[in-house]
Amino acid sequence: MTSHMAPGLARAEALASGGQGEAVVRVSGLRMDYGDSRVLRGVDLTARRGEILVLLGPNGAGKTTTVEILEGFRRRSAGEVDVLGSDPDHGDEEWRARIGVVLQSWRDHGSWRVRDLLHHFGRYYAPHSSAQRVRPHDTDALLELVGLSEHAAKRVRTLSGGQRRRLDVAIGIVGRPELLFLDEPTAGFDPRARRDFHDLVFRLADEEDTTIVLTTHDLDEAAKIADRILLLAGGRIVADGSPDQLASLVEQDSEVTWTVDGQRHLHSTDSPARHIAELYAVHGDGITELRVTRPSLEDVYLAMVQRHEDGEAELAAEFSKETR
Amino acid sequence: MNARFNAVRAGVSRGWIEFRQSFRSGQEMFSYLYVPVLFVGMAVVFDSLGVEGGDAAPIGAVVLSGAVAFTLVMLGVTAVLQVLATEREDGTLLRAKAVPHGLVGYTVAKVVHMTAMSVTAIALMVVPGVLFVEGFGFQGRADAVTLLWVCVLGMFALAPVGAILGSLIDNPRLGASLAILPSIAVVMVSGVMFPFGILPDWVQAVGLLLPVYWLGLGVRSAVLPDSHAAYELAGSWQLPQVAGVLAVWALVGFAVALWLLPRMARRTSGSRVQAAREEAMKRAH
Repeated sequence: MTSHMAPGLARAEALASGGQGEAVVRVSGLRMDYGDSRVLRGVDLTARRGEILVLLGPNGAGKTTTVEILEGFRRRSAGEVDVLGSDPDHGDEEWRARIGVVLQSWRDHGSWRVRDLLHHFGRYYAPHSSAQRVRPHDTDALLELVGLSEHAAKRVRTLSGGQRRRLDVAIGIVGRPELLFLDEPTAGFDPRARRDFHDLVFRLADEEDTTIVLTTHDLDEAAKIADRILLLAGGRIVADGSPDQLASLVEQDSEVTWTVDGQRHLHSTDSPARHIAELYAVHGDGITELRVTRPSLEDVYLAMVQRHEDGEAELAAEFSKETR
Repeated sequence: MNARFNAVRAGVSRGWIEFRQSFRSGQEMFSYLYVPVLFVGMAVVFDSLGVEGGDAAPIGAVVLSGAVAFTLVMLGVTAVLQVLATEREDGTLLRAKAVPHGLVGYTVAKVVHMTAMSVTAIALMVVPGVLFVEGFGFQGRADAVTLLWVCVLGMFALAPVGAILGSLIDNPRLGASLAILPSIAVVMVSGVMFPFGILPDWVQAVGLLLPVYWLGLGVRSAVLPDSHAAYELAGSWQLPQVAGVLAVWALVGFAVALWLLPRMARRTSGSRVQAAREEAMKRAH
């Protein structure tokens, strides 16, 4: 893989030119109550074929609950949910074969050898193979893809944390899923492993046309890999859009900082380019250390989460309507 | 290719792989096999000391026949319970749920694994028993067939009990210790380890309702001399009753397990496994 950006850009163009693809996940008015506490308060979302959708939010926002409902592992309290044409509560095994779930392993299958385990789980998908989508993945090719070839004969319990997570991903995609769920997949990854993982996600979306629904509380990660980010706070989607769209939403000016005659200046403006032009007109080459800071995803995130926590859930909901 | 049949085949090889792995783990091996080895040793010692039980059969043979029944209880109830409770918590079951027909494969694998383990454990008692223990052995091919069907039906009666308890108990460590005591109590009231006749009437009444007495009786009919039947409650082996009681337990157990296990499996989710993991981490510190 030469660059992890290239495939992402290619897909972005395809999405832009091809218009909106087929909806793979459709959710409206999803509610989830645990006893008296309401965890999801009416979630609406759509994921389209080949899209990388990131559910971003603080801990306890309901990300995992949402994903588990979509996976068919948890029954919702109310709302309409359609995943690959079925209600996940009643998804049959044929439906199950089209979905991949990356689970966080702990100590299961510790005495299995890596290759045996991956091969075993692949076997279940063989009857669900088709000409367009040959299932399962070849075990050795998949081990190569996730970088575990040299560990193929090792016992699972002897793997490092990062290696286990790569095995988790391999098991999740061994059936060539059309739709892949990843819940906090990179927790505990070092930067290198995280980069490799992001490359893999791009490849899946591009080469396999896999729709990916991923949760994270890592803004940087969301900004890097998402086609679209759904910001979940307090059981609601409070913002929905591409990373750039979200960043442009905050009612916050760009900050221009510069130095003239050893004196440092700062100015907030909604048109930084004009301001810089004016600065040059006045000071010419006397300006040094010029820097423009645009509002970041982090600002949006903190603003939205803050609004929610201030009890402005209603306002936040209004905000999310504006973004659509 | 039929998807369900394919999953059954995957389950068979999964069970076989797990069985082979059991032999790699010293701890697991010990927990499954120390009972057979212990009892064979006891039977041989009783034999060589010439301890007289007063029965027609030497006491070593009686003890060893009890050990066969006891081992089936430990494998069928305690081991099944513990495996199920552990694998619900550690995510093994969740992985099975996440693949198509994965629960079929999982269930088949457990049956294969437990069957192979039971055959191994029983062979470890029966083979040395036949060779070295006075009065322990088959009088003919019919006795061997009796031992086979009694053990198979006994496992069918016991394993659902283990599976039901395993799906009700949330904490595998606590569950195992909670389960071993009742298992031993049941074995005690079932006349497997010492003559049923010496137990108080009300204990006998309880014992007769449980499958273990009948399992023990069936095993004794296969491996002890026919003359020993005179010392049984009815003065005979009562094989039709053995088959009847075990079959009723098996049918009821399967019905309940088939109703309960999918419900238990449905409750398994990533966040529950995660919660159990965090709980275990807390305990470890």
